[in-house]
Amino acid sequence: MTALLAASAACERETRRFHDEAQPPAAGGVRLTALEPGPATSSRALRHPYEDNAWAVSEGKRLYSQFNCAGCHAHGGGGMGPPLMDALWRYGAEPENVFASIAGGRPNGMPAFGTKVGATQIWQLAAYVRSMSGLVPKDVAPGRTDHMQVKAGEQAAPEAVPRNAAPEPPAP
Amino acid sequence: MTRFVLALQWSGRHSALDPAGPQAARIDSLWQFLWIVSAVVLAAVVAALLYASLHRRRHAEPEQAGAGTRTVVIGAVGLTVVILLVFLGLNFGTGRALTIPPDGAVQVRITGKQWWWEVTYPGNPPSYQVTTANELHVPVGEPVVVELGSSDVIHSFWPPDLVGKRDLIPGETASIWFQADRAGEYRAQCAEYCGHQHAKMALLIVAESRDSFDRWLARQRDSARTPADSLARRGQEVFLASSCVMCHTIRGTPAGSRIGPDLTHLASRRTIAAGTLPNTRGHLAGWILDPQRIKPGSRMPANPLAAGDLEALLAYLETLQ
Ligand code: HEC
Ligand code: HEC
Ligand SMILES: [Cu+2]
Repeated sequence: MTALLAASAACERETRRFHDEAQPPAAGGVRLTALEPGPATSSRALRHPYEDNAWAVSEGKRLYSQFNCAGCHAHGGGGMGPPLMDALWRYGAEPENVFASIAGGRPNGMPAFGTKVGATQIWQLAAYVRSMSGLVPKDVAPGRTDHMQVKAGEQAAPEAVPRNAAPEPPAP
Repeated sequence: MTRFVLALQWSGRHSALDPAGPQAARIDSLWQFLWIVSAVVLAAVVAALLYASLHRRRHAEPEQAGAGTRTVVIGAVGLTVVILLVFLGLNFGTGRALTIPPDGAVQVRITGKQWWWEVTYPGNPPSYQVTTANELHVPVGEPVVVELGSSDVIHSFWPPDLVGKRDLIPGETASIWFQADRAGEYRAQCAEYCGHQHAKMALLIVAESRDSFDRWLARQRDSARTPADSLARRGQEVFLASSCVMCHTIRGTPAGSRIGPDLTHLASRRTIAAGTLPNTRGHLAGWILDPQRIKPGSRMPANPLAAGDLEALLAYLETLQ
């Protein structure tokens, strides 16, 4: 009986949501800076659509190299773009912040992908970016790399408690 | 028998029993021989069993296996060993004959991707290199060497009318050669499970005369021209301004990404999405709007385009001859 129960519990598989049309985060849903007017909002209330889905995070991982994020951020360690596997965030670590960074770009050289990449794929990328510093559940983060291993899988990333980093001053 | 099995196939051009070239013919004759011998052996065994069960001895007889029984057993074992050795020899000979390509073969490279095939003809000079997808053209009556590689997981190249299977393994280069002696279109299929859309990963092989092959290759070398028609020109702007450029190449435009198939000569292809749909305007529209309905899990996302934009985009894609 116990074995049966255990077996049926194990049957609950994650579903891959191919037909999703994810929406961008609602405007005003999260305050991106302390300078915005209005009451403080808690972004915790807004759930990231994919952070419980291993397949979506692995799609994000594939897109991260296919869309050449690695060209500027390397495999998370940073290059001409800031490291994404550490605790420091210039523009916030919440899913909505990361979405905004990717979709809208950032002034010191982060290109805006929003007109070229749909919301579903941006959420997948955002989930993957967060997995690099251990911000998504361990059972969802990718365990290994399909290509040459340059670092341990995201599953092994320790959770880095996000801290704010001041953006670099724009070049004069 | 062969004809009967053929009639059951959904399409005449995907059959190992109707060889269109010397390799497939060798495999076919080996197979015919194996199955005829096996059928005779099976018939003999069944006949012996029937005989034995119908002529049961009524009483237990004291004296054991006589000389007759021993001869039968030794004869049967000996015959089995001989038949198996003959099979082994024939298999080995066929394998050898299929491995070594003759000189002066046409060279092609095929890369398996989830879930489509990239086809590249090397060029001399290198700017003559041709890249297309899901369609392999070969001249009739000439040997073709296909170099096989994969950029993600293991796939397998299987054109049953022409030759047997060969796996595409990431990080390794395999090769296989074949020759098509009859002009026509043959279907190759991925034969190694590679993910959700493994079943919808087919490749069309077009065998044509040397002349039309050369003409095709020369045309594939060209870059796409900027369309003269204003609707198609607007379609090009739509293509370059939307997500398509993140994944596709159209030579002659700034679009140069190789995540998805090269679309420079899309309109010249007979099918789209790896043999899944015929290349018609309606299917193209359905595919671009929502590939996930047609090939769930495919690596092209849905593109919610406005009706006017879609129409212009289709007009542009149709100019890519
Ligand atoms: C051309 C180089 C370049 C490319 C390509 C690029 N980035 Fe960036 N990215 C940057 C730079 C530079 C910054 C820092 C911007 C700033 O400080 O204003 C940045 C910032 C970011 C941030 C904000 C980090 C923080 O600390 O808040 C995220 C998230 C990010 N990038 C993700 C991505 C993803 C995902 C991709 C691929 C889709 C990508 N980037 C592609 C250069 C790049
Ligand atoms: C994220 C990457 C991506 C984006 C964005 C994308 N595609 Fe694709 N496209 C693919 C992939 C991968 C395939 C191959 C799918 C398959 O057959 O499984 C494909 C296949 C196609 C095909 C069929 C080609 C053939 O020969 O089989 C067409 C046509 C096409 N895409 C047009 C477009 C257009 C038009 C757009 C923009 C509105 C677009 N694609 C956006 C990745 C993409
Ligand atoms: Cu396959």
